[in-house]
Amino acid sequence: MTARTLFDKVWAAHVVHQLPEGPALLYVDLHLVHEVTSPQAFEGLRQAGRRVRRPALTVATVDHNVPTGDRAAPIADPIAARQLEALAVNARDFGLELFDLRSPQQGIVHVIGPELGLTQPGMVIVCGDSHTATHGAFGALALGIGTSEVEHVLATQCLVWSKPGTMEARVTGTLAPGVTAKDLILALIGRIGTAGATGHVIEYTGEAIRALSMEERMTVCNMSIEAGARAGMIAPDETTVAYLAGRPRAPSGAAWDRAVAKWRELRTDRGATYDKQVELDASEVAPQVTWGTSPGMVTPVTGCVPSPSDFTTDAERRAVTRALEYMGLAPGTPLEGLPIDRVFLGSCTNARIEDLRAAARTVRGRHVATGVRAMVVPGSQQVKAQAEREGLDRVFSEAGFEWRNAGCSMCLGMNPDVLQSGERCASTSNRNFEGRQGRGGRTHLMSPPMAAAAAVAGHIVDVRRWGAGGAGGAAP
Amino acid sequence: MMEPFVRHTGRLAALARANVDTDQIIPKQFLKRVERTGFGPALFHDWRFRPDGSANPDFELNHPGARGASILLAGENFGCGSSREHAVWALREYGFRAILAPSFADIFFANCCQNGLVPVRLLPQEVAELFRRHQAAGGEYQLTVDLEEQRVHDGLGFRTTFSMEPYRREMLLTGSDQIGRSLREESRIAAFELGMRNAECGIDVRASSGSQGIERPTTIPHSAFHIPHFGEEEGR
Repeated sequence: MTARTLFDKVWAAHVVHQLPEGPALLYVDLHLVHEVTSPQAFEGLRQAGRRVRRPALTVATVDHNVPTGDRAAPIADPIAARQLEALAVNARDFGLELFDLRSPQQGIVHVIGPELGLTQPGMVIVCGDSHTATHGAFGALALGIGTSEVEHVLATQCLVWSKPGTMEARVTGTLAPGVTAKDLILALIGRIGTAGATGHVIEYTGEAIRALSMEERMTVCNMSIEAGARAGMIAPDETTVAYLAGRPRAPSGAAWDRAVAKWRELRTDRGATYDKQVELDASEVAPQVTWGTSPGMVTPVTGCVPSPSDFTTDAERRAVTRALEYMGLAPGTPLEGLPIDRVFLGSCTNARIEDLRAAARTVRGRHVATGVRAMVVPGSQQVKAQAEREGLDRVFSEAGFEWRNAGCSMCLGMNPDVLQSGERCASTSNRNFEGRQGRGGRTHLMSPPMAAAAAVAGHIVDVRRWGAGGAGGAAP
Repeated sequence: MMEPFVRHTGRLAALARANVDTDQIIPKQFLKRVERTGFGPALFHDWRFRPDGSANPDFELNHPGARGASILLAGENFGCGSSREHAVWALREYGFRAILAPSFADIFFANCCQNGLVPVRLLPQEVAELFRRHQAAGGEYQLTVDLEEQRVHDGLGFRTTFSMEPYRREMLLTGSDQIGRSLREESRIAAFELGMRNAECGIDVRASSGSQGIERPTTIPHSAFHIPHFGEEEGR
């Protein structure tokens, strides 16, 4: 039998039918739904008189536009409220499970899937959100889809997809202290570019990936789309099995044993080949900070803002010129020392319990710098509750951070959490596009410890020189 | 049913930028609508309009030659970022029927094909040549995109071909419903589900026809959700 990649195995196990016109009809095991990209899909079903084919494989939550302040207060934005109401009605009418604002399990769709154990190795998972790639950390084939495709999956439980190429991102070595999974993926995107993996599914391999926790793996897979890949995957191993054991929606009893036996076979065979390959040495990765308006515009924190003349093509020079103008940065400016106005600790990339713990370690006993507004938005209500059991909420509150309820929040600024024009933000989210966090807002992507340290210092710092705990380091 | 696309001749608007993301095409403050319509006025909002709401004369779509444009010429990796199909709805509603670029982001490309907006991949040098011709014509430049023949030409000597996967081409040419096409495979889907269920229960039998064991689908809801009208306070 020919050697196959992890991707090939999951793909082959889900092909319902190879359409003669090219693409395959691929079976979907789990369809996650949220309020922003689904209302038109449900409306389409109604107009065509169609049902949801497998309600039990479809799970809905609210995350994108929900306020993260007081849950008891009514939603101030009537249009956001209408979208939330639409999802509630759709879930009721079509018989779907919904984790709404009253649910203790509500949260960002890519945080709650894994935490409930809905996300499992070998599945095909889709959601009308490009960061669905997150679930690939479990060895699932997970991808973002558009609203028409959401409607298609609701109606058929299948996705029409032409088999993409495969790309191996092999990460060797060991991450240095103070360097995180976020830095690793940002460095990779910086290396291959934001279209470096377009048309491909990435498999992350190598000892540096094996050494990551599940939450760190989710951070890596989450940003696959920022490298152009619709999906990123990591083969399941004992770390994966240990994470899933006992989760409410994971299999149990004999079904668990059967599932684990199957999961153990989900890895790329020796001798299997990929269409593309890239290698990265984790030990050479420093904390990363973006300086521009695309995640590929990134540099080690020790670096400086580049000059348009550093780039070879006209298109690149134009893009860099535009980005620097938007970001209000001059070529040659060191990233370290750049003053910031806002700090956002949150998003499907970096708002899990380990992220909050790492950030809390950085700020414990310190205080947010004068003039800086900083907020922590846990990825789910369960993450929030866990953090509160550990006393992290007090660490953040005493340090001057706002402690919020779960949602996407300022990652995309659909709710009231937005940057004002000209404000500079240290953000643990995934996109630094123009206006992403608010029109005219300037986003610098970085890891949770880096963002936390920036909040305390009032400017971007190299967290490696802060040491663990203590008040020493690079304070101004 | 989407509007079929066989061939189209129209005015070109040129957006000489790479990595145009869907946050630029339709900013998030306009994503709260529950309909597929109403996004055209917000297309490229933060680039098209100044903070005071007036048109930004520097933005390419506001150039006089771009008025009424129905074909968009763009740089590489067009439509990257968020999966929001609202970006495609906005482009269609504004009047675009085709986009020519050296490359597109995967999700955006798929979304275009679902909405009768033809994404045409050309070679980088062909795109560069079109930018030159557009500029030489003072921004008043017409082009024909022929999906049936998979050709692009300007009637003035520019002529090239492009490829499109047969499945997507057929969908665009006929304006056909993808769901209807897939539901023709209903018996295969049902058989697959049965096989899967048996495998999950540890029963290793070949899938047979029928769908016993699969949970019963909900009935089609009769009372369509009535959407209260809130006017147009989302801004322009």
